[in-house]
Amino acid sequence: MVQAPERLIGAEVKRKEDPRLITGQGTYVDNLKFVGTAYLAILRSPYAHARIKRIDASRARVHPKVLAVFTGEDLRRDGIGSIPVGWLLPDIKLPPHYPLAVDKARYVGDGVAAVVAEDRYSAYDALSLIEVEYEPLPAVVDQEAATRPGAPQVHDEAPNNICFKFAMVAGDVNRALAEADGVVRQRIINHRTSGSSVEPRAAVALYQPATGELTLYNTNQNPHLIRLLLALTMNYPEHKIRVIAPDVGGGFGTKIYLYPDEVVACYAAMKLGRPVKWVETRSEYLRATVHGRDHITDFEVAYKRDGTITGLKVTTYANLGAYISPFAPLIPTFLYVPMLHGPYKLPNVSAEVYGVFTNTTPVDATRGAGRPEATYLLERMVDLVARELNMDPADVRRKNVLEPFENYQTPLAFVYDSGNYPATLNRALELVDYARLREEQRRLREQGRYIGIGLSTYVEVTGAAPSQVAVSLGAQAGLFESAIVRVHPTGKVTVFTGSHTHGQGHETTFAQAIADEFGISIDDVEVVHGDTDAIPFGLGTYGSRSTPVGLTAAYIAGQRIIEKATKIAAHLLEAAEADIVFEGGRFFVRGAPERAVTFQEVALEAYVPRKIPADLELGLEATAFFNPSNFVFPFGTHVAVVEVDPETGQVKLLRYLAVDDVGRVINPMVVDGQVHGGVVHGIGQALWEQVVYDEQGNLLTGTWLDYAMPKAPDLPSFQTDRLETPSPVNPLGVKGAGETGTIASTPAVVNAVLDALAPFGVKHIDMPLTPERVWRALQAARGQG
Amino acid sequence: MFPATFEYYAPTSLEEALNLLRQNPEAKVLAGGHSLIPAMKLRLATPPALVDLRRIPGLSGIRLEGDQLVIGAMTTYYDVQTSELVRQHVPVLAEATDVVGDLQVRNWGTVGGSLAHSDPAGDYPAIILALGAEVRARGPQGERTIPIDQFFVGMFTTALQPGEILTEVRIPVMGPGTGAAYVKFPHPASRYAVVGVCAVVGREDNICRQARIAVTGATLYATRATAAEQALQGQTLNADTIRAAAERAPEGLTITGDRVFASEEYRTHLVRVLTRRALMAAVEKIR
Repeated sequence: MVQAPERLIGAEVKRKEDPRLITGQGTYVDNLKFVGTAYLAILRSPYAHARIKRIDASRARVHPKVLAVFTGEDLRRDGIGSIPVGWLLPDIKLPPHYPLAVDKARYVGDGVAAVVAEDRYSAYDALSLIEVEYEPLPAVVDQEAATRPGAPQVHDEAPNNICFKFAMVAGDVNRALAEADGVVRQRIINHRTSGSSVEPRAAVALYQPATGELTLYNTNQNPHLIRLLLALTMNYPEHKIRVIAPDVGGGFGTKIYLYPDEVVACYAAMKLGRPVKWVETRSEYLRATVHGRDHITDFEVAYKRDGTITGLKVTTYANLGAYISPFAPLIPTFLYVPMLHGPYKLPNVSAEVYGVFTNTTPVDATRGAGRPEATYLLERMVDLVARELNMDPADVRRKNVLEPFENYQTPLAFVYDSGNYPATLNRALELVDYARLREEQRRLREQGRYIGIGLSTYVEVTGAAPSQVAVSLGAQAGLFESAIVRVHPTGKVTVFTGSHTHGQGHETTFAQAIADEFGISIDDVEVVHGDTDAIPFGLGTYGSRSTPVGLTAAYIAGQRIIEKATKIAAHLLEAAEADIVFEGGRFFVRGAPERAVTFQEVALEAYVPRKIPADLELGLEATAFFNPSNFVFPFGTHVAVVEVDPETGQVKLLRYLAVDDVGRVINPMVVDGQVHGGVVHGIGQALWEQVVYDEQGNLLTGTWLDYAMPKAPDLPSFQTDRLETPSPVNPLGVKGAGETGTIASTPAVVNAVLDALAPFGVKHIDMPLTPERVWRALQAARGQG
Repeated sequence: MFPATFEYYAPTSLEEALNLLRQNPEAKVLAGGHSLIPAMKLRLATPPALVDLRRIPGLSGIRLEGDQLVIGAMTTYYDVQTSELVRQHVPVLAEATDVVGDLQVRNWGTVGGSLAHSDPAGDYPAIILALGAEVRARGPQGERTIPIDQFFVGMFTTALQPGEILTEVRIPVMGPGTGAAYVKFPHPASRYAVVGVCAVVGREDNICRQARIAVTGATLYATRATAAEQALQGQTLNADTIRAAAERAPEGLTITGDRVFASEEYRTHLVRVLTRRALMAAVEKIR
């Protein structure tokens, strides 16, 4: 273990949590065992859209192991309400979302009834004993078709299935289009994917009738938000609810929300007075846990002969699924439209977004959330312009990226905090040896081999958010973060953070940064998270906000500790406070470094006072709430190299390079891990992953036999590199690093495939670029040629 | 992922197993379990009883008997993959096993299980079919030998009668002048064959004396591409004759597609491409 080196920040410290997790010693929700636990199973609608005419649970109720069967009516009668929406937009339609369907089932997987039994086998057996009389209704799956007159209506409250309309305008796009040397129009589909955490969702609910305390152990990314949403849904006092998210096996956004199943688990625990456990199966996860993306977009781009892009006009139909998942309204709006400026000078942008209900699983944030959709559009746009002009895509990017800046006001609301886009672009081109790669591509084409080089130059927004800005735009919660830093009498430290780690490595990186701040060993710092009773408040982990917001809160609390410790040290050293210097874990008198006390000696004095006067408050602990003044904007350039088999359409990824700038790096190894995972996630969308429904709303990709997760043998070793442009927004100069890989890689891979197919005249193929899609595009191109 | 209730039997002799099957006509035979158990966990299969063959001695192992390589039904993929006898006498089988499933599947899955299951996208059915093997089974009426050409009769259906247990597969060893290859286009999710083609070619004086080509994935069950076989028979073996024969591979096959990954039209195309590639590789391997 690293013993307080020169600086811990920036050191490649191995993850503290790994020995526990990789030896099977983690505590996941399903590992929790409570005496008397009963098991919950949910009966889900097999129809995408159906009226529920009658539910007869009498046969299930007499099953010897069944404790109870609940329906939507039961929950409503007992005052369980609709799951609230966490982000409101002007004129948004808010049809209710009850934890169990009441009148209609609206997607395949919609919960219709719940069984609680003595064991899981019996619970599943009993599901088949519940008789539901459905009246199947016409379903709508395609979000554009859903807005047309005569389309099936998902909710009476939302005519034409439109939940909201959102628009932003910068400059004068129509003029840019009129004055352009050329215009490209393209429809692109950013298809639906599943977050696919390895651990599905799970819950254990405990209820103490004597005190009224309700405890929910749950796979989530933000226990306080879950507590708040649960209190509102169940009309139950927030202070009587405790939510604990222990070890969580990946979230990728899908575990931000309060879901119906967890509410039912709490309700059942209260009704039965027994612990109730619910663990999702993979098949349920693919049906009942939110999906991501799902945009149909038409865009027009205006450009000049020299490659300057002057205007972009966008219309997007965003599929919301059957109900509004709590943060769904935010994703295709504020996390998407303002990012359509991208890393470019692009002065004129207008975008219109329709959020549309369909008979499909609800859609909300999954890794990237809005920014992958924006970046995919922009990066396809740049390559299409390059193709029209017969220019190298790298040259078009050079022409259009912003010059280095600090605090750049974009024409679409955001102020980018810091950036040097030409630097990451040039670094990436240099590292792949771009000119030589192009030469090799030419040479191989002569031999009938088709390799393609794809670039993706991105900027994304992380570190949400200035709370007042978020609330003014519709957020129903602030977006700050809290932390307590507690120094114990022996000088050991516990950091309590509102961030939540479910793979990100906070137990290491937060400990690393605080140990660095105090000049102590990382082994002396423990990070506690994921329990509403332990943490003052937390907004949790999503949108790459933990390091810029959560760690910053802990760092600020640490500064308060140092301030107080300096006072104590002054007494111990019998010197003026102003003369005390704190460095490398030692407090000393300026100019006399041998007159020193250690951090540990100061800590002891704070609890066992020998020299400090009575008017100095004892203890050494500080709380901080950090509300950032701005978002932070990581950026970079990724390069993918692929080979396409023109006979089968099979794509092979040969090489992948990521050059990112995520501000100051706490732990390069952890950032590499985030980049690797993120890149795989984005490649998965580009080549393999897709949620597919048929026209009736049946899910055709309901298991991992059909939903194609990326697999190691299909991937090359990744090359990563970083530049560090500090953020001016927080004292550590950090930005978020959890989603850059996902955002950048999807277009890099798609651009690479289309670059490989350039000799055939293929300009665009919608994702995922399955062999058949590539083969069909080649067939079509050959037919024309 | 929780199966319905079932009885579990673990007989220690073949006779006991056959008796159990007689007493429980709806029972399923459990070998490696890597197809059956997932289906039961999804409640797609709800057999009232399982008869596990794992404790029956003598059902696994690989041996040479004259010009036949004999592989016991309970022999795992891993044992085939790492067998010197297989490498020496039917190298294509060992090589092809590299692309069957993953490590766990190869450690548990069995030769007999794969054949008896007749999965439309299984690898072994096509390979064993192309190799012109025969299958031994024991049933209430005693033992019988089934030529592999008569074994696969439908999706998840074989010539095995109710109450019969597949005991071994007998593969002719590959002599001089023969070569074989299995080419697989795996599904990115399941790693099952979207299309798999196994070609076995016998050559004399550069003339194709015999070609057996079997297709999996694209068809409802492993099926021989007889039109391509006949097109090659008696021809000089070169890239042109192989291409011409491969073009005819889909003839007479009932090719099916799916709506997510590979349509019927695309699979038909792949049958041609993979047949050509398998034939080219088989010829390359002639020794």
